[in-house]
Amino acid sequence: MSGSADHTPRRLLVTGADTFWGGRVAQAFEADLEVEVVVGMGSRDPSVPLERTDFVKVSDPSYSTVNRIVSATGVDTIVHTGLVVDSTLGSSNRLHDVNVIGTMNLLAAAGAPGSTVKALVVKSSGLVYGATSRDPYVFSETMTRVTPARTPVERSLLEAEALVRDFSQDNPGVAVSVMRFANVLGADLSTPLSRNLSRPICPSLFGYDPLLQFVEQGDVVRALVHAVRRATPGTFNVGAPGRLPLSEVAAICGTRIVPLPPWRTGLLAAPMARLGVFDLPPELIPLLRCGRGMDTTRFCETGFEYLFSSVEAAHAFARAIRLRKGVGRPGDSYTYQEDVEHFLRFARSVAHRPSGPPEVA
Amino acid sequence: MVGVGDHMPAVADPERSVDPAADNGHRAHDEAAHADPELKPDHPDAARFSDVDEWGRSERMRRLARQLYDPVYRSWFRVEWEGLEKIPTDGGALLIANHAGAIPQDAPVIMHGIESELGRPVYGMADYFFRTVPVVGTLWSRAGGVVASPQNAYRLLREQGQLALVFPEGSRGPSKRFDERYQLRRFGRGGFVEIAMRAGVPIIPIAVIGSEEAMPILFRIPALGRLLRLPYFPVTANMVVMGPLGILVPFPAKLRLRVMDPVKFDVPPDLGRYSRSKVMEAAESIRANLQQTVYDLLSERRSVWFG
Repeated sequence: MSGSADHTPRRLLVTGADTFWGGRVAQAFEADLEVEVVVGMGSRDPSVPLERTDFVKVSDPSYSTVNRIVSATGVDTIVHTGLVVDSTLGSSNRLHDVNVIGTMNLLAAAGAPGSTVKALVVKSSGLVYGATSRDPYVFSETMTRVTPARTPVERSLLEAEALVRDFSQDNPGVAVSVMRFANVLGADLSTPLSRNLSRPICPSLFGYDPLLQFVEQGDVVRALVHAVRRATPGTFNVGAPGRLPLSEVAAICGTRIVPLPPWRTGLLAAPMARLGVFDLPPELIPLLRCGRGMDTTRFCETGFEYLFSSVEAAHAFARAIRLRKGVGRPGDSYTYQEDVEHFLRFARSVAHRPSGPPEVA
Repeated sequence: MVGVGDHMPAVADPERSVDPAADNGHRAHDEAAHADPELKPDHPDAARFSDVDEWGRSERMRRLARQLYDPVYRSWFRVEWEGLEKIPTDGGALLIANHAGAIPQDAPVIMHGIESELGRPVYGMADYFFRTVPVVGTLWSRAGGVVASPQNAYRLLREQGQLALVFPEGSRGPSKRFDERYQLRRFGRGGFVEIAMRAGVPIIPIAVIGSEEAMPILFRIPALGRLLRLPYFPVTANMVVMGPLGILVPFPAKLRLRVMDPVKFDVPPDLGRYSRSKVMEAAESIRANLQQTVYDLLSERRSVWFG
């Protein structure tokens, strides 16, 4: 399959539909009536309201049942947003289960004989490039990281990407896109870095002021949707234009930089991180030392346009922080209630069904 | 021979004379960051809180550094250039030079000299070691230092058409003892030639004399170097004469620089690989010419201190 102009999926599977990313991608395709079926898989409850997505909650985070779901639904496109890029979300065992075993199971299902899958989009991260002082200032997709990965999350992402590469070699008929995202900023999601920036104090390493590249949360969803619609095979960096030093980001977000000792940081910061003063997972420390930049021309050449530059993403995030401080905890956050969702989709008394499954038996 | 004063009628106001360069560099970057015109600049808050560009350089810092360095350049080293007109006023070019002195003075002198005489920024490329040192690394990068790597050099030369400065001897140059002075070390694997070929830019060699005498190394203490994780730990004549002050302060040797003819390569740019023998041959001939020019300058020099 080549990069044809417009490729609308008919039957779509979104993995990690319980996460913000998966949920938002599913929402984006729900609105498109040419997409007949949207199936969402996740190991937790969805975090955004889903109108007509068939959500399957799988208790096993490594997706051991995915082959049955893929063959039963006959999907033609899979968006794999389930990769965990934030090691504070779980143990390294869970990381391995989700990122490596989960991807392996998914790819096995997509490559099984008789599979109807024609396109696969994987949401990966710029973490695969690492961050060292020897790095080129800007990584392009063809460059590889300078030193071997040491943190669990980077190792598992590299392993997952390697599995995807093997898959795309073994299945030349499937358009496989791997999307490596820069650090995401946005009102609705939290990463270790964004949590730090929204607190009164933000850790840095003494004597270092790394250049950071961001991408706004909306641009992430748009990029994933763009990759699905354009069916552009290949690996793509996704990061907004421009880079800015951590000190400037902190100034924009109105937080105060607190320098930590640049050596043995992980050890010294562990108690503070445990107390919740700040977040400092092992993969964040190299970033605070050296920063990371990605060359994003390849993805722009497929016709994608960013709505936010890195600076604008930081400003938009700062506005969201100020609003959150102004109103306290937002009260309108969504909580998934299975019975309510079931009622809205299947009960006889519901008059306006959001174009859900056609008929109830 | 061109003296500093001949080239710079506005010596009285060094800040003014370097400003245009600063502004040009900065604008060029801004345009690069927002190259796509359809990228709506309607967001009310695209305001920057600093002027650090994608290379980690800050024009404000660079202006300050140049102001501080200008008296050193003019009064301490009394720098004299020859052949500055051989450096192009636009487009990429790879500058290379011999490298010497415990804290090599050739790098800031070449960068400051070209910036103030030609009004063009020079991207001084150096070992990633600098970036690993807290505070120093950040200041170094804000003041204009860039880590020497093929990818960075290609981006500067090919995509942004800038002047990049590298020292092919690497740390082998400045770490040599005074009794080995002005003997150029080997030029690595000729990586700089390959980069120039791939980027399709000329190499412009610059011969420097005086930097050896500014901070001569009497001997090295390798164990201390390893302990402090420095590329080398020198004991300099400056330390002997000036004490602790001598760690940083160079002797006021007269620095003279001669820009040599640009070396162009008749190979297409952007190839995946270039013939190793061609690369090594070019690197060796550039080294031999540079060595000869250094000898020429030395044979014309009457006094280490007065030129």
